[in-house]
Order: sequence, then structure tokens, then C-alpha cells
Amino acid sequence: MSGKISMVQALNRAIDEAMAEDEGVILLGEDVAAKQGGGVFKISSGLSEKYGEHRIRATPISEQAIMGACVGAALAGFRPIAEIMLMNFVTVAMDQIVNHAAKLRFMSGGQTNVPLVIRTTTGVGVGFGGQHSDMLEAWFAHVPGLKIVTPSNAADAQGLMRAAIACNDPVIFIENILCYAQQSDDPGAGHFVPLGKAAVPVEGSDVSLITYGRTVLDAIAVAAELKDQGISVEVIDLRTIAPYDEAAVLASVRKTGRAVVLHEAVKAYGTGAEISARITERAFNELKAPVQRVGGAFSPVPMANALEQAWIPTKDGIKAAIHTTMDWKR
Amino acid sequence: MDREKLLDIYTRTMRVARSDEKFRSLLMTGKLAVLYYTYRGQELASAAMMAALEPSDYLVTTYRGQHDQIAKGVPLDLLYAEIAGRATGTCKGKGGPMHITHPASGVMVTTGVVGSGLPIANGLALASQNRGDKRVTVTCFGDGATNIGAFHEAMNMAQLWQLPVIFFCQNNRYGEHTAFADHTKVQSIAQRAEAYNMRAVTVDGNDAEAMYAVAKEAVDRARAGEGPTLIEAMCYRMLGHFFGADFSYMPPEHLAEMAAADPLPRLRTLMLERQFTEAELDAIVADIDAELDAAAEFAFASPLPGPEELTLDVFEEPVLAGEYGS
Repeated sequence: MSGKISMVQALNRAIDEAMAEDEGVILLGEDVAAKQGGGVFKISSGLSEKYGEHRIRATPISEQAIMGACVGAALAGFRPIAEIMLMNFVTVAMDQIVNHAAKLRFMSGGQTNVPLVIRTTTGVGVGFGGQHSDMLEAWFAHVPGLKIVTPSNAADAQGLMRAAIACNDPVIFIENILCYAQQSDDPGAGHFVPLGKAAVPVEGSDVSLITYGRTVLDAIAVAAELKDQGISVEVIDLRTIAPYDEAAVLASVRKTGRAVVLHEAVKAYGTGAEISARITERAFNELKAPVQRVGGAFSPVPMANALEQAWIPTKDGIKAAIHTTMDWKR
Repeated sequence: MDREKLLDIYTRTMRVARSDEKFRSLLMTGKLAVLYYTYRGQELASAAMMAALEPSDYLVTTYRGQHDQIAKGVPLDLLYAEIAGRATGTCKGKGGPMHITHPASGVMVTTGVVGSGLPIANGLALASQNRGDKRVTVTCFGDGATNIGAFHEAMNMAQLWQLPVIFFCQNNRYGEHTAFADHTKVQSIAQRAEAYNMRAVTVDGNDAEAMYAVAKEAVDRARAGEGPTLIEAMCYRMLGHFFGADFSYMPPEHLAEMAAADPLPRLRTLMLERQFTEAELDAIVADIDAELDAAAEFAFASPLPGPEELTLDVFEEPVLAGEYGS
């Protein structure tokens, strides 16, 4: 394929393709229909005109009702997509996600299931402050029954969205505001990226830098910069956070003997702790240094740009963690 | 109401009522040890509502919902096996009394979280609306649930989209241990529907003919695409919040009012007035009791679920050893 595609276009195309194939694919969310402008971030632009307002349903500002309606429609055999405008607003719908979407398959003994995609966006770096910026994936990763996906580029966004819609269980699909304009080579129609499979955008031999979402872009930049200093960094883009591709992570760590886990979310109690623990449990003897973690500061996300830049993981911070592993003396 | 429908309501009511008796005896004798939210006093309202539905219609109910499940048609043997935590239960023992699910009877969700069923019912109804399959969804809850946000969000959305859903409030006059007048200043739950411009009816839930008429009209309207209804069925919760719970907080005059309104003797009187014989009615109860005995026997003779069940139904695919850090 020739040409480029942005993440916004890629997500729109994936949803469009799925809706064309299956009447049961519907989208519920605030402002998502043409009458409201096709969504705040324009992901559903053009879709209500094409498929009707009974399938692209603009809702009142009622996150519990949106999520509950999507759970119910999923139980009836639909494949709903719930758009929660910003990730912090999922807090209002947690009961439906955690007590219902995640558990109904299990609690019904497999009689029912919830093929639901919860699309939401977030991101630090645009000055949205404490209630519009959080990455909350670790909360959901702790709940059995939920899968969590986040793309770092437009092509993956398209393919992962198709896989998430096709999944017969609930998937939290996290988009990063700062990635929406990011462009990829157009993967073409029908592109599909399986859940649970990591990508290796940069191969290396000295240290494994494991990350997902927007920070993959930082990781790739750091790998390029350190190459000049003679450090060969392998970047693992998990793409699916839960269940993550443990085989790919362990294969990389066994090759390099060093690991740094990077995410935008608050470092403390984050998914990096789980990944680090599992590497240590399973590959301790192959490690040349303790696994390092890089993540957000332990404070609410601040508004002022100066503070926000101090909060967010930086390239210097990532390099420092890599140097720690490289310089480690037993 | 024709005699056939009245007999249907009587049979459903007695299945519900005799099951409650059976259940309490199993608890009293120590055969079962589970948290049991008895619905004694709410049998008829539920039976009349479910008698107005088709088997394929959807039901979403709550932890105090065994009367709803039985009246909707969940097989007693599978229900008892589930409550006894057996592999043969509706949910393989993984749900228990608070999470009974049986799609074959239309029972799609039983939730243990107050008010959470209402938004889900909207989704089931939305699917029916888009498919044009003429199914109706009923969601049951108590007066206490109308103070939680989910109730209000769901009511507004259902009316906005004219969903084929019935919000069936069994107003048993208590939210846990708190009396109606101590949890809201509204005069009735039906009044709350006015805020959303939704049709609402308050009815004596212990009056078989009135209750059925209200249920039938709401179901017919929903099925015809004429939108949702809030039904407020006035009834009593005669044995407290859960079986064995203290209910000394209920004033003596309320207890007396409750006893006088007991739907079971009242229904029996109505049946006799409508020329059913004592013998006919007793025979129905005897059949139900035999079915309940067999259900309990089936449950206790059934195997326990194995530990491998922890890896199944978390997702479509099993959780493999080593996955998720296991």
C-alpha cells in the first residue's frame, strides 16, 4: 500500500469496516453522531450518516448508562463499542466494567459473554490536568476478565481495533491524545493485529526496553540515540497490556540479560511492577542487573507545562535507567 | 382476567412461595448455609409480572430475585444445584444465589449490586429494538434502588430512546433496614418517572387482577414500540432484609399491616371465588412440593465443581498454567 494514514483515520476505518460486516457492531458515546460533530476526537466521523443513529448512538452524559447499555447489548449478542470520552471518566462507570462486564461470563458459568470494546482516550503533555490525563490500565489489569490494548501507531490502532471488536470478551482500548495525529504507512483495508502479541520495532542485544502506547515513540528515539554511544537497545511494544506477550518479553530478556519497563502511568503499583516481577521470577539467573522501571511521578498529573514535563517519564530518565542496568556491578 | 391466566398466576405464585418455604427449611435444618434474601410477601407481584411475558423475553433481576427467576421459568433443579454450589447448577456453582443466569428462560443477569441491573436492561432492550425482534426486557429492583445514580441515568436513557423495557419496582417499603420515609421525600416511586417524562403506574402488587392488568398493558406497549413503563408494585418484605436478620427496627403496626396484606391467603380466596376447588389448588401445590423435593435431592446428589473451573470462563479461552502470572 502507498500513502500514510493517521491514527484517527485508522480507528475510523477499523470501526467502519466492522460495522459494514456486522449489524451487531454499534457505538455508544457522548457526541458521537453527525448531529454532534462525529465525536470530540472525530473517531466516528461519517459513521452515523452511513449506518444510522440507531447504530451510532449519541448518548446523554451518563457513563453508567452507556456502559450498562453496552453490557446488555453484548449479552444479547451485539458487539458494542462504548466510547468513554476520557479515561478518567471510566471511574463513573467502574461498577459496570468491573462487577459486570468483566465477571458475567464467569459468574454465569459461561452461559453469557460480553463482547464489548471500551474505547477511551487520555494522555499527559497537553495540559489537561489531574482529571483528564491519567493512564489507569493497572486498575483494569488487576481484574480477571478484562483485556487491555493500547496502540503506539496508526497501523496497529487499526489492526488492534478490529481484533478488539472481534474478541468475545471485554477489551479496554486505550488511545493516547498525543498519538491521534501520528501517521503510519497505510496498512490497507482489513488489517488485523492479534491481541496478546508484542511487536519489536527496534532489535537490539544489550538491554530490553519494554513499553506500550505513546512511550514506544520515546523508546524508539532513545534506542536511536544510544546506538551512537554503543548501547544496543531492543524495544518491545507490548500492544496488548493484558494478557501481555510474556514469551516475547522473556525471549528478549534472555537474549539481552537486562530489562527496563517503561510506561506513562504512575510508576508505583503500575503494570511495570508486575512485568518486572514476572521477569525476575522466571529469568533471574539470566539477568545481569535488576529490572528497572520508569514511569510517571507519584502525584496527580499537574496542569502547568513546567510541572507536567517534570511529571512525565523523559528520555533522560529512560537513558538513566538503561545506564543503571548497563553499569550494574554485582 | 380469564381463568386460564389466573391459574397460571396461581401456579407461578405457589412455585415461588413453596420454594421459599423449602429454602428456609433447608437453612433452618443446616442442609444449606448461604446468604438468603427471602422475598416472602413479594411472590404474587412477581408471578403476575412474569405471567405477562413470553419465555423469550429478557429478565434482569437482583440478589433478592429468586421469586423473579422461578416465576420466569428457571428450572428448579438447576436453580437449587446452583445455590448448593454444585457443578450441575445453572452457572456451574460459579455464580450462586446472587448471580443466577439462565438465558434459556430469559434470565440474563442477576446482580448483587443495587441498581446496576437497570442500565444493563436498557442494553438488552436496545438490541431488541435494533433487531426488531419484539422482545421485551423487564428489570426488577426495590424502592431502595431508586436512590442510586444508575436508576436515574437508565430511566432517562430508556425514555429518550423509547426502549422496550419495563422498570419493575417491587416497593417493599424498605431499603435494607431503612424505611421508605427515611430514604426519600417523594411520595411514590412512580413520581420519580415524571422527572423523565416516562409513563408510570402504581399498583397493589398483592392484587392479582390489578397487577396482571398493569403488567400486561406495559408489556403490550413495549412490544408495540410505545416505549418504557415504570411499574411500582406495592408489596411487603415480610421476613426482613435477609433470612435470619434482625427486624426489630420494623414498628409493630407495620408488621400487622404486612400480615393483613399477605398475598397468599388473598390469592387463595380469589381462586375459590373464581370456582377453583380446594382439591384442585391443593393438587397444584402437592405437585410443586414434589418437584421441589426432587430439585433439592438432585442438588445435593450432584458433584462439586472442580478447581479447574477457576481457569474456565474467565475468558473464552482457558487461562493456561503460567498465564497471568499464575
